[in-house]
Amino acid sequence: MANEVTKTMPPSTRLRRTDASEVTVDIRTPDLEINFGPQHPATHGVMRVLMRTDGELVTGAQPHLGYLHRCAEKIGENVEWLQYLPYTDRYDYLASMNNNLGYSLAVEALLGVEIPRRATLIRIICAELNRIGSHLVAFGTYGLDIGAFTPFLYCFREREWMMSLFEKICGARLTYSYIRIGGVFNDAPPGWFEEVARFCDVFEQKWPEYVDLLLVNQIYVKRTANVGVISREMALDFGLSGTMVRGSGIDWDLRRDMPYMCYGEIWRDGAYKIPVAKGEMGTLGDCWDRSWVRVMEMMESIKIVRWCLDHMVDGPVIGELPKTLKVPAGEAYVGIENPRGELGHYVVSDGGKVSVRTRVRGPSFCNLAVLEDILPGSLVGDAVAIIGSTDIVVGETDR
Amino acid sequence: MTPALLLAQEAAAVEVGSGSNAFLEGLVATLGEYLPMWALWLGAAVTGVAIVMGLISLIAMFSVWLERKVAGHIQCRYGPMYVGWHGWLQSIADGVKLLLKEDMIPRDADRVLFMLAPALVLAAIVAAMTAYPLAPGVFFADIDLGVFFVLAMSSMTTIGVVMAGWASNSKWTVFGAMREAAQVVAYEIPLGVALLVPVMVAGTLNLREASELQSDWYGMGWFMFKNPFMLPAFVLYFIAALAETKRAPFDLPEAESELVAGFLTEYSGIRWSFFFMEEYAAMFLMSALAAVFFLGGFESPLTWAAGEFFGRELFVAGANGATELNLQAIPYHAVAGLTLLLKTFAGIFLMMWLRWTLPRVRVDQVMTMGYKYLTPLALVCALGAALWEAGKQALLG
Repeated sequence: MANEVTKTMPPSTRLRRTDASEVTVDIRTPDLEINFGPQHPATHGVMRVLMRTDGELVTGAQPHLGYLHRCAEKIGENVEWLQYLPYTDRYDYLASMNNNLGYSLAVEALLGVEIPRRATLIRIICAELNRIGSHLVAFGTYGLDIGAFTPFLYCFREREWMMSLFEKICGARLTYSYIRIGGVFNDAPPGWFEEVARFCDVFEQKWPEYVDLLLVNQIYVKRTANVGVISREMALDFGLSGTMVRGSGIDWDLRRDMPYMCYGEIWRDGAYKIPVAKGEMGTLGDCWDRSWVRVMEMMESIKIVRWCLDHMVDGPVIGELPKTLKVPAGEAYVGIENPRGELGHYVVSDGGKVSVRTRVRGPSFCNLAVLEDILPGSLVGDAVAIIGSTDIVVGETDR
Repeated sequence: MTPALLLAQEAAAVEVGSGSNAFLEGLVATLGEYLPMWALWLGAAVTGVAIVMGLISLIAMFSVWLERKVAGHIQCRYGPMYVGWHGWLQSIADGVKLLLKEDMIPRDADRVLFMLAPALVLAAIVAAMTAYPLAPGVFFADIDLGVFFVLAMSSMTTIGVVMAGWASNSKWTVFGAMREAAQVVAYEIPLGVALLVPVMVAGTLNLREASELQSDWYGMGWFMFKNPFMLPAFVLYFIAALAETKRAPFDLPEAESELVAGFLTEYSGIRWSFFFMEEYAAMFLMSALAAVFFLGGFESPLTWAAGEFFGRELFVAGANGATELNLQAIPYHAVAGLTLLLKTFAGIFLMMWLRWTLPRVRVDQVMTMGYKYLTPLALVCALGAALWEAGKQALLG
């Protein structure tokens, strides 16, 4: 509703009334209410932010959701366990592998099935490659939001290869449904691992381009540093996760802190680091820090992929499972580190073929809540930068 | 097309200053015996307007194609490839598409202003374009206040943009229009002051004369090399010109990711393409001014050689006192015209290069840069150049 916008204008911008007899009429013009979306180039889909602006200054903001609601969770309670997997592809369509993985892990926690080692390693390779792809989109489109077109296409150049790698392994380019309950759908085709290794080498060469062209570009730094600052306390209060929380200087990554699959083993091997923002260009927790974390994480993902390639074993890629899956009664919650944060799946089973309750904790949805607090007081141009820096995927906020 | 054309004719037919018109001279030389003077005047004006309109369309078309190719190659792709050789007909295909599009005016828009705005914008730029000298002897209007005229006319477009933003009756367009107004006001000053430096060196505001003054040193006597304050003035001018023409990184009035399309949001079809033509024509003019006042205009060693070899005068006094066309000098004028065109497009290429490389600055940063940095620096440049010129005159007489 239009009149529900929170009016949190900084006091300094209000007309100060010294004496009631002196000023009888408030000569301020009314604030402008604008619909930022749902059809707007910078809302990354169909999110709508109702903004109240005083000239270029944003004085209030309220995100509105639901334009892409598809009842994903309810569907999860009406189809069989395995049939729900394609629906998980579609909430965070930039990181479908990770979504498949989160759901599969949650169901496997109830099943108690043993996952073959080769399947686990392929899963990690796919998840990390998809994280790279997702961060490439996040960083590239963030450049678009700031007004730089070219880095976006540089990012998509590498993402294209990543997608063709997935196409080779599972036939799909966006919605993979490749990571299944019990393992992965099929083994990698011949030569696939070699191509992944080549991709890692090339990516390592191309990665400095993003840094030079955009991340340390002076205009980019001026646009993003000290903008949309999320303090440590605020990040914790809002329950942010993933790049958002690491961008605020909190060292928290589920891959290391609540390890699943063999991420703990890789961490103990010292194969990867967790980039945590230090507020180099401005205040800790500003937009630049968040984009820095994303850019740095891409290289860490490459290291994880390399570790998995080095430790690859032969064997089956899917565990022994009956054709019609009946999951033992119980409940399970598994949270994994999605590119956007903690993607949690909570599933309840009564021992039947269909889930009793499927619940998703989407990282974009939780990270979005902070917008209402950090948007007021910024300029319209900053608002775009802040919304972009939260890196939401509307498919997942609405599900 | 019609209102724009009428306005353009009005604007172009006005004779500013005391200079002559090459088309008029040409007509007098060829048809002077058969036709009355007023018919020659009218003929020259109509020819001039037609050529200017054609020129603007050509420039816009070529620039759009160039922009897409430049963007493509910067972004690891090819750009248009299918319509003609390397897509050189793409702009024509786009133009046909734009012409055939439905003419849409939003229901709540101010219809009169909405339709007038693109016409005004195009008319202003057509008028400004008349000051562009095609070659040393071929020009539409030899205006003694050339720089003044170009700057005045190209800031007229702002009125059209504000009009468009207001008439569209949309919040985004008003945002865009206000940004445009603020930006142009902020950058008009450094732009003008930075141009003062070469004007002081040249001692004239006339584009053609300024170009001729740089023909010494075998065609390398560019103003750029004649005063130490010219290089900083050039940089300042170029930045201000980017802001003046709404090019990235100062494309705030139409900032796509912030304001949807800014003041252009509600426009489509041929009206939209008028704004587009204006943008490219303005880029062309700003680059042309830079080329004439900083980079030697027509002059280059090649132009100098052609001038020495073929002779420079396009019109010579004939045997019976009438002016006659000197066909021998045509290669010189062709070389000179092409040189200026090349320099101008080098400037346009630089603008495109910047656009596809840099992110956009924020609105307050644009204002800060204009008022706090560019304006004082431009004033310092102007003062320094003035002192240098005065000292030179005092020392060398």
